[in-house]
Amino acid sequence: MTETNKIRSMSFSLILGFFLMWEVLCIMLNVSDLILPRPSEIAVTLWTRFPVLWPHILQTLYSTLTGFSLGVIIGVSIGVLIGTSRVAYGVAYPLLVGFSSIPKVAVVPIFVLWFGSGTTPAILTAMVICVFPIVVNISTGLATTEPDLEDVLKTLGASKSEILWNVGLPRTMPYFFASLKVAITLSFVGAVLSETVASNRGIGNVMMTASSNFQVSLVFAGLIVLALMGVALYAFFSFLESRVTGWATRGNDIAVT
Amino acid sequence: MNMTSDISAPATPLPATTVASRSNPVHARPAIELQDASVIFGKGDQAVTALTPTTLKMERGDFLALVGPSGCGKSTILRLASNLIQPSSGNVLLGGREAAAKELRIGMAFQNPTMLPWRSIEKNVMLPLKIVEPFKRTFQRDRKGAYRDRVHALLEQVGLKDFAGHFPWQLSGGMLQRANLCRALIHDPDLLLLDEPFGALDQFTREELWQVLQDLYLDRQPTVLLVTHDLREAGFLARRICVMSARPGRVISDRAVTMPQPRDISVIYSPDFVEMTQGLRELIAQIRK
Ligand SMILES: Nc1ncnc2c1ncn2[C@@H]1O[C@H](COP(=O)(O)OP(=O)(O)OP(=O)(O)O)[C@@H](O)[C@H]1O
Ligand SMILES: [Mg+2]
Repeated sequence: MTETNKIRSMSFSLILGFFLMWEVLCIMLNVSDLILPRPSEIAVTLWTRFPVLWPHILQTLYSTLTGFSLGVIIGVSIGVLIGTSRVAYGVAYPLLVGFSSIPKVAVVPIFVLWFGSGTTPAILTAMVICVFPIVVNISTGLATTEPDLEDVLKTLGASKSEILWNVGLPRTMPYFFASLKVAITLSFVGAVLSETVASNRGIGNVMMTASSNFQVSLVFAGLIVLALMGVALYAFFSFLESRVTGWATRGNDIAVT
Repeated sequence: MNMTSDISAPATPLPATTVASRSNPVHARPAIELQDASVIFGKGDQAVTALTPTTLKMERGDFLALVGPSGCGKSTILRLASNLIQPSSGNVLLGGREAAAKELRIGMAFQNPTMLPWRSIEKNVMLPLKIVEPFKRTFQRDRKGAYRDRVHALLEQVGLKDFAGHFPWQLSGGMLQRANLCRALIHDPDLLLLDEPFGALDQFTREELWQVLQDLYLDRQPTVLLVTHDLREAGFLARRICVMSARPGRVISDRAVTMPQPRDISVIYSPDFVEMTQGLRELIAQIRK
């Protein structure tokens, strides 16, 4: 068994062990299922209520991805703008830092005030929450591009935009994809948060409603669904990263024959 | 003072002479001309003089080797000639014009092989064809056909055929320098600026590439400015050798190498050649004191 396989099977056992422990402790300590339902109960709820949960899963996914996409577009645009100009970098940075230090939860009431409760505030929260890490990564990546690499193109008489396309942006890709992993997680958090506070759809809202109706195992089923969705989104962008920016993590694979 | 010469300079060359100058090298406009060009980095206390006012003129089709102690400003001269930096005083004319006019097609190999790490060797070498006119125009059409063949032919010439698809970090230092040379040559430049391109190579590969470069030079007749620490390399390849003094440098000796080209590698053991390199060695030994 190779090293990675060993680690994989160990972490799988750990996850399995965690749920087993939970199950066993609940039985042994006789914990009421109104406080902490057993994993087996949650699994049953998940199975039986899945048709009800499914549209909400899609709703949350929709808000997350729409907000995230808008955030990426805005983040990349601002990042390129301030990363390619020293002046813009200096001028805009303090304002950006100011924006980024606002806890994003605080913007939900404002969005609700403007657009009413529903899908719109969820999308917008998912958007604003993910813009900043993208801006920071894109602009740092561009601003720290080695002058040597740019010189190669300058001697050929390349224009500013040719340098950006052929050196600046490719060099920034590892930074960009690293920030996407962070950003998608943040967007997801933002969307769920907004649904919890101000929506009648989405997993966040399902959990809120279930909680006020004391459907405890449904609350936990929602939590499991969120965990799985979060992992899936993260894994997808990790995979994308490794495919696109493989050059940045040079291999040390030595063939053993 | 510099202002006036800046303004008057572009007016001097007459556009009509372009065609005539190629066929009549005696009256040709020089390919590169440094007129009292100096370079000072930084300001005030921090100021470093990289190059004291230097005058250097190269005719089209000439092959000049620049030798001199480390830090004397050789790379700085190449950076001036490629328009990467502007002189602090004086002028740099390319093809008889202000450098910015970009009349010449420039190929440059930097001292350290700056391959773009996200591109394969083939794509790195192909880069100039994507940027430089007229190749740029048909890049989309030819990059999988004619341009690719062109790149492969050149890579084969330097023994990198099997590494076209590899990434820069999969190559050794010497192999990278060979790729670096290919990238400087692929777009058939009028002006070739080479900064110690064979520095990290073993003697055999080096001599092999001297011959490759000589063939390419005699074949296409670009203007070549080669910076090197190797006196035999300078003597074997160049038509003219300039020696620079220690930092801050200026050109203190300028001599022609009269041996006919193409030269065979055995020429470096001939008495004339040994005598010439000995002379240069003594000169450099003197200025180092
Ligand atoms: N960007 C820079 N900023 C400040 N000083 C510089 C810069 N580039 C070069 N210099 C200085 O200018 C001088 C000449 O540098 P240059 O690179 O032209 O030397 P060189 O002749 O090419 O040396 P070598 O043979 O070691 O490559 C050096 O003393 C160096 O310290
Ligand atoms: Mg140098």
